[in-house]
Amino acid sequence: MATRHIISIKDFDRSEIDRLLDHAQQIDSKKYDRNALNGKILAVLFFEPSTRTRMSFESAVARLDGTSVSVGSVDACSMAKGETLADTIRVVSGYADAIVIRHPREGAARLAAEFATVPVINAGDGAGQHPSQTLLDLYTIRQSMPIDNIDVALVGDLRYGRTAHSLASALSLYNARLHTLSPTGLELPDTLATELADKGMKIVNHETIEEMIGLVDVLYVTRLQRERFPDSASYFNVASSYRITPELLTEAKENLIVLHPLPRVDEIDPRVDESPHARYFEQSKNGVPVRMAMLMDVMQ
Amino acid sequence: MTQTETGENEGLLVRRIRNGTVIDHIEGGEALNVVKILGITGTTQEALSIATNVPSRDMGRKDIVKLTNRELSKEEVDRIALISPHASINIIRNFKVCEKKGVEIPSLIEGLVRCPNPGCISNTNEPIQSKFRVLPKGLHCYYCDWVISKDLTSYIL
Repeated sequence: MATRHIISIKDFDRSEIDRLLDHAQQIDSKKYDRNALNGKILAVLFFEPSTRTRMSFESAVARLDGTSVSVGSVDACSMAKGETLADTIRVVSGYADAIVIRHPREGAARLAAEFATVPVINAGDGAGQHPSQTLLDLYTIRQSMPIDNIDVALVGDLRYGRTAHSLASALSLYNARLHTLSPTGLELPDTLATELADKGMKIVNHETIEEMIGLVDVLYVTRLQRERFPDSASYFNVASSYRITPELLTEAKENLIVLHPLPRVDEIDPRVDESPHARYFEQSKNGVPVRMAMLMDVMQ
Repeated sequence: MTQTETGENEGLLVRRIRNGTVIDHIEGGEALNVVKILGITGTTQEALSIATNVPSRDMGRKDIVKLTNRELSKEEVDRIALISPHASINIIRNFKVCEKKGVEIPSLIEGLVRCPNPGCISNTNEPIQSKFRVLPKGLHCYYCDWVISKDLTSYIL
């Protein structure tokens, strides 16, 4: 049987996504084999910083009675000596039963899958794909509402934000309508917008958050990176106009949920944390059952 | 072969070849790109003749490439289809056309085009060749999903 990898959400059809989300839900209800990965080793290869993704993968494998091994920091591994990723992957394939990889280059996980003899899971490749984040985003939406035919707003850096790209691709399988709000120069890339439109997705671009807030069921906020702006003043100008506040949410639908892949900086007022709309910490926590389902899928 | 304005043959612009490949009906002005795609440079062994912007009844103008003592394989010539889908290939043996074939657009091309995305893993020292799926909207990078929809020739390796 061919080795199963999880590289891009675009490789999934809707039934495969639903099956994984159902499995995560079972795990969440504590209905799972706690020894499912007994004796199995997960290699955690992170060539970029990460807190949530890395820890939740490590936690997921531990909850299934498996163990994880990792290189400490990038500086400490042989990539720093000029070893190719292909060689690193071939070597690590001999040490572990699956590999989770995060890498600054787009397509790195796809390359890893070509050279690995064990399953590879992409935990983010540059501005490319981040399928486990997308699955946990969808899982969090599904906890509040059926995913079909909903209005989802993507707010923030939609050009470089890989989580927004992956989520938009997945939502196109669920007849969702997309609403976007982003600063000039950080809009959804044309190629992606065309691809989504070709799949029949309706995309509405908005000028202000106020005109959008009453229309949507999900508000997916992403971080605006300061370095994308010419100076601090223009950053603060945009950041403050996009800020999610309790006052803004008084105009929202009653069932609206606010998601954020985290870490947040100034995008969401901390006072929103107490609001029934806030789901971002729940979303982050959902990373564990969703990643447990993914690991069981490829490692068993 | 060139013609006068009255359509009369003036003779051969480039000589007939005894053995090799003649690529005819190349889109006018694309011959040099065809040669580039085939990896033929001044340092390779083949004797090469190129005629560009030759009047053509069907195409208005066309280019022709003649390659001596080398028979191109199907895989090689199919790459030409990316920039010149109407090209025809004639394999010549002892001055006679022994095989005549069109070009077909391949579904996957490897090692021919550089990915324009500077962040793509294929633009590093990894032991891989670039890989593109040929889709109606353009060339789709297998690694990073980048799509080349225009100006393909500027990315030829």
